Amino acid sequence: MDAMLIYKLILCVLVFVVSLAMAAYMTWGERKLAAILQDRVGPDRAGPLGLLQPVADGVKMFMKEEMLPGKSNRFLFILGPCLFMVTACMTGAVIPWGSGITINGVLYPMQITDINIGLLYLLGVVSIGVYGIMIGGWASNNKYSLLGALRASSQMISYEVAMGLSLIALVMMTGTLSLGEISRQQDAGLANVVYQPLGFLIFIICAFAETNRAPFDLPECESELVGGYHTEYSSMKLGLFLFAEYINMFISSAVMASLYWGGYNFPFQHELGLEGNTLAILQTVALFAKIVIFIFIFMWVRWTLPRFRYDQLMHLGWRVLLPLSLANIFITGIVMYLMGKLN
Amino acid sequence: MALTNRSKTVTVRELTWSEKLYLPAIFKGMMITFSHLFKRTPTIKYPDVKREIAPVYRGQHVLKRDEAGAERCTACGLCAVACPAEAITMESAERKKGEENLYREEKYASIYEINMLRCIFCGLCEEACPKEAIFLTDRIVPSSFTRGEEVFGKDKLVETTESPIDVTLRQRPEVLEFKKDKRHYHNRTFKDAKPRINKHH
Amino acid sequence: MLSEYAFWFLSFVAVFSAAGMIFSKNPVYSVLSLIITFFAVAGHYFLLGAQFLAAVHIIVYAGAIMVLFLYVIMMLNLNKLEEEKRSLWSKSLSVAAGGILMLVLLAAVQRTDELNSIAAGEFNAAMGQTKNLGNVLYREFLLPFELASVLFLGAMVGAVYLSKKELA
Repeated sequence: MDAMLIYKLILCVLVFVVSLAMAAYMTWGERKLAAILQDRVGPDRAGPLGLLQPVADGVKMFMKEEMLPGKSNRFLFILGPCLFMVTACMTGAVIPWGSGITINGVLYPMQITDINIGLLYLLGVVSIGVYGIMIGGWASNNKYSLLGALRASSQMISYEVAMGLSLIALVMMTGTLSLGEISRQQDAGLANVVYQPLGFLIFIICAFAETNRAPFDLPECESELVGGYHTEYSSMKLGLFLFAEYINMFISSAVMASLYWGGYNFPFQHELGLEGNTLAILQTVALFAKIVIFIFIFMWVRWTLPRFRYDQLMHLGWRVLLPLSLANIFITGIVMYLMGKLN
Repeated sequence: MALTNRSKTVTVRELTWSEKLYLPAIFKGMMITFSHLFKRTPTIKYPDVKREIAPVYRGQHVLKRDEAGAERCTACGLCAVACPAEAITMESAERKKGEENLYREEKYASIYEINMLRCIFCGLCEEACPKEAIFLTDRIVPSSFTRGEEVFGKDKLVETTESPIDVTLRQRPEVLEFKKDKRHYHNRTFKDAKPRINKHH
Repeated sequence: MLSEYAFWFLSFVAVFSAAGMIFSKNPVYSVLSLIITFFAVAGHYFLLGAQFLAAVHIIVYAGAIMVLFLYVIMMLNLNKLEEEKRSLWSKSLSVAAGGILMLVLLAAVQRTDELNSIAAGEFNAAMGQTKNLGNVLYREFLLPFELASVLFLGAMVGAVYLSKKELA
């Protein structure tokens, strides 16, 4: 039992470090991809292909002067980015990163905790994430920050509704809220996206909105709001905000891969005739490949689509995605009834 | 009235169903950006890689010295007259005894300035020069922080004897031939001038 | 043993943050204290094995309702927020309302003896899990559950009606 506890601690640290490393290299990837899509070169000065750019950026962020705006609430101003970062890191706990490694006959699952309310935990943590932005934006004592914070919170609440409802159809189909169980089910059958294409479409749109990524990046809309909720932030506090956004992207890519695209399973994995542990490592690699593809889609969309107007954003959230996700639940229910899957 | 045959009348019309869906348009746009993944970037990484320039490229000026190392410029002012941007100014001075190795002729430019902010690099000064003294080279004029630094004096314009600037590319046969053509006023020397007939009335 | 420590810790956090919510001058601090209280209460639910309730408590209260509270407080101009002079009438009314709530709570506390009398063997630890909760809600308590949702629908219709200026 103690070995399991130590293993879990190591896994916690590993997930944390991998999230941070992924986020750091996503900043590099984002800049590089943006450059390539716009026929530019991108960062190439620091190291080969600019691969040391995240290190340089990190050093820059730490070395910059700490600025606190006058008449701002000092405690809340610092609490904001910290809260945002903490909630971003918390979501990694329920993602199944692989099936599990067997050492001395004991199975060590590659998931920090497989609680049976994993999906609800995710939604809960995501809904807490908005506090970081709101508190930070309000404490800045700046009207642009406040407007950015208000936009962020109303946007995130609006899209959480459609996101939750799109997940309900999936939960109806799989009959479980545990991410580990959903991943295991997809090992036996097809990936869930085959049964839930509309649900996946709604989920990915909501994931874009929840992570404040283009075309839903109104909270930091620089053409109207200077920098949005992080206008007054500088040095590493700004870095935390930006970093947390990338971690959110990483985690939501992992969630999409686990829920809809088969998780760590890959096609014909049992036909290869591999040993347990080799297969487990290959499965983790497959999951990360899927995550990287989703991150690519995140960035690809950002550098293609223009930003929504605010009324268009609300229209899409409440009058398009919400009815669509309700219809998706309805259709799923009817199909399940017709196929006799309801007891 | 249409000024060109490309003009198009724009009207606001109802979007069709597929247009209201937006998804086809989004995918079209996504494919356009995706195609740029496979396009070559036209960027030239300047300090590492230098762009190939044309043989007739006109960059920063040089004031040449002759084979003995004396300045060729005699401060005749033809370049300043020819300059359409009025970027060139100079002051002449008389050569003193013992300065024969510095200046080729008896008159020389004690001050010679080109304002690089005014200069349009047309090369007319080079064409106007009867002494083969001024040439435009393939060097790029360096940037600076103040406007004053962009007024280049003789210190920056005159080539040094140690590292002469190669201008053979600018002295092509047709250019040299052109310089000999006495029908052009600025190619005439003092000796070519026809004696003026004083008219009495 | 560990769960007992957790119980005392969560209880202290809940009580102190609830007190902080009432006594803090800054409304934003009040909201944040209330959120901490909600987290502590959710922790209690978790200790009792009601995982679903804990998660929903966080999502609904901390994640949605308190965000709207914070939203409204941010829109207010806090510099001008001073203690309003209240009439004796409204003061006595609020005391009465608070007193009634207190009575209800006291009555509930009195009944804890009854609850304690349930034998430990009868308590089903898996009761709080999503599946069992769903079964109970949609089989035994279907009518009250649906009536509650109709109540919510009524509230939603009312809110929409109030927000339509030309109708009101």
